[in-house]
Amino acid sequence: MAEKGPTTLADLSLEVRSKNAGPFWVTMELFLRDAEAYRIAADEAFLDERTIARLYGVDPDGVQIFRIPALNVVKISFPRPVSQASLRDRDVHSGQHHVPLAALPVPSV
Amino acid sequence: MDNTAVASVRVLAPAGMLGAGFPDLTIERGLELGADVISVDGGSTDSGPHYLGSSQPKTTRAAVARDLRVLLKAAARADIPLIVGSCGTSGTDNGVDWVAGIVADLLAEEGLDLRVARIYSEQDAGRLKERLAAGHIRPLPPMGELRPETLDDCTHIVGMMGHEPIVAALEAGAQVVLAGRATDTAVAAAYPLMKGMPAGPTWHASKIVECGGQCTSNPREGGVLATIDAGGFTIEPLHPEVSCTPISVAAHMLYETVNPFRMREPDGTLDVAEATYTALDDRRVRVEGSRFHVAEQHTVKLEGARITGYQTMSFSAVRDPHILAHIEDWAALLREVLTERVEQTLGLGADSYAFDVRLYGHNAVLGENDPAQGPPREVGVMLLVNAPDQATATAVAKIANPLMLHLPTRDMDHLPSLAFATSPAETERGPAYEFVLHHAVDSITPTDMFRIEIEESAHHG
Repeated sequence: MAEKGPTTLADLSLEVRSKNAGPFWVTMELFLRDAEAYRIAADEAFLDERTIARLYGVDPDGVQIFRIPALNVVKISFPRPVSQASLRDRDVHSGQHHVPLAALPVPSV
Repeated sequence: MDNTAVASVRVLAPAGMLGAGFPDLTIERGLELGADVISVDGGSTDSGPHYLGSSQPKTTRAAVARDLRVLLKAAARADIPLIVGSCGTSGTDNGVDWVAGIVADLLAEEGLDLRVARIYSEQDAGRLKERLAAGHIRPLPPMGELRPETLDDCTHIVGMMGHEPIVAALEAGAQVVLAGRATDTAVAAAYPLMKGMPAGPTWHASKIVECGGQCTSNPREGGVLATIDAGGFTIEPLHPEVSCTPISVAAHMLYETVNPFRMREPDGTLDVAEATYTALDDRRVRVEGSRFHVAEQHTVKLEGARITGYQTMSFSAVRDPHILAHIEDWAALLREVLTERVEQTLGLGADSYAFDVRLYGHNAVLGENDPAQGPPREVGVMLLVNAPDQATATAVAKIANPLMLHLPTRDMDHLPSLAFATSPAETERGPAYEFVLHHAVDSITPTDMFRIEIEESAHHG
């Protein structure tokens, strides 16, 4: 299938998801397709705390990244920027917040 | 409860949430496989602070009763305990009593005679202020230091129990344990720990089964059975056509956790960094190497919610291509004119109420972080007003009504009529809540913050 635009993390992944981890944290996971896709996504020069801070408008010091080669998973957690179910919260379960991460273009190889 | 040593304990986890439903054959299958206990979670904070703040369940009574009827009959037939955690969604005292009322009705209808324990987890703000003043309450990241006024502001506060109060109820002879707020894992861990199973495999297995079939190839086809022994645990789906794989089991440690390797429980920390996951066959997985580090100080995490105001919602929709092409400007004008009109009519400044305009179909969910561009085909305009009382919130929403019906863009020379979704357009949502506690209390004993009441039926008298 012909695809337009740059290759994104979604293209390298079986699944990208996000969810609350308790009322005060959001967590997201990239389930990469294979070891090669994992190697690209797990590269700190490409995806680190600052990248996440920029994508989500949060403080890089609060971002935690877990790289799990055994599962080809990169997991990211950070404090919820908006209090759950408050007037400004538009995603009570944080279930749609994976999209900016999934849409991140990966470096061309 | 028989407390003699055993070589293994089989925990039947029927579903991730009481009331979510499961195929009845999966419970039969669990009993055939030799289940020693049925454990199911009845709550969560996941759907927001309303359920704790208002002390109302998220699940409907009929769905909870349907699941409980099957589980109570299974527990009675196999003579094994049934443990329900976080009753009534938030685990408030009212939530425990709500589930206990359903259980009492079902036992009477089915002619069953089971001894029921209620464990209450609601906390008194005055008592907690004493503990705070004595330096025994600490914030958990990302929260700051707790102020005593915050405790007073909460409509309900619960403490998350570990396994200990549940074990105490079982040891006192309870066959059905209805626990208030408990860690998701404690519900499954209590019975194996009481029977002498090692803490590492027990807590790890309990985390894996806490969402029922989430760790399987088909979460919609019922839960799982965890067999815990001295060397580790084995996990097996209850439905014969569903499978667990090393990846599906290992991946469940990622779900809704901040840190996938370490999880704090009241009694210590589960550490799965060295755990190994091995396929025994095409549907069962063996897990070994899980560890548990007992904490120097036992702690109980607090949850509390307070009222932030009262909300009224209104919802209209835009299909006109000209407005859609300028939807951000249109929304800015709506905010501007609404603020002016509220000042003019109600005499309220912007600091005495708040509202949010959400453009569904444009960028309501992700806002400025949305990576997509381009004009939408249609946009749902949600106005959410928060004010100190319901009447003010509704008054603001009613002042917005003609704007959400007729507001043009700045360059239009006529008044459009937009598409309200309902009549009346406004819906009063009642009190709005927020979670304000995420703090840990140094426990005096693992059970002293929880109250256990065991009903003596006529037969047990």
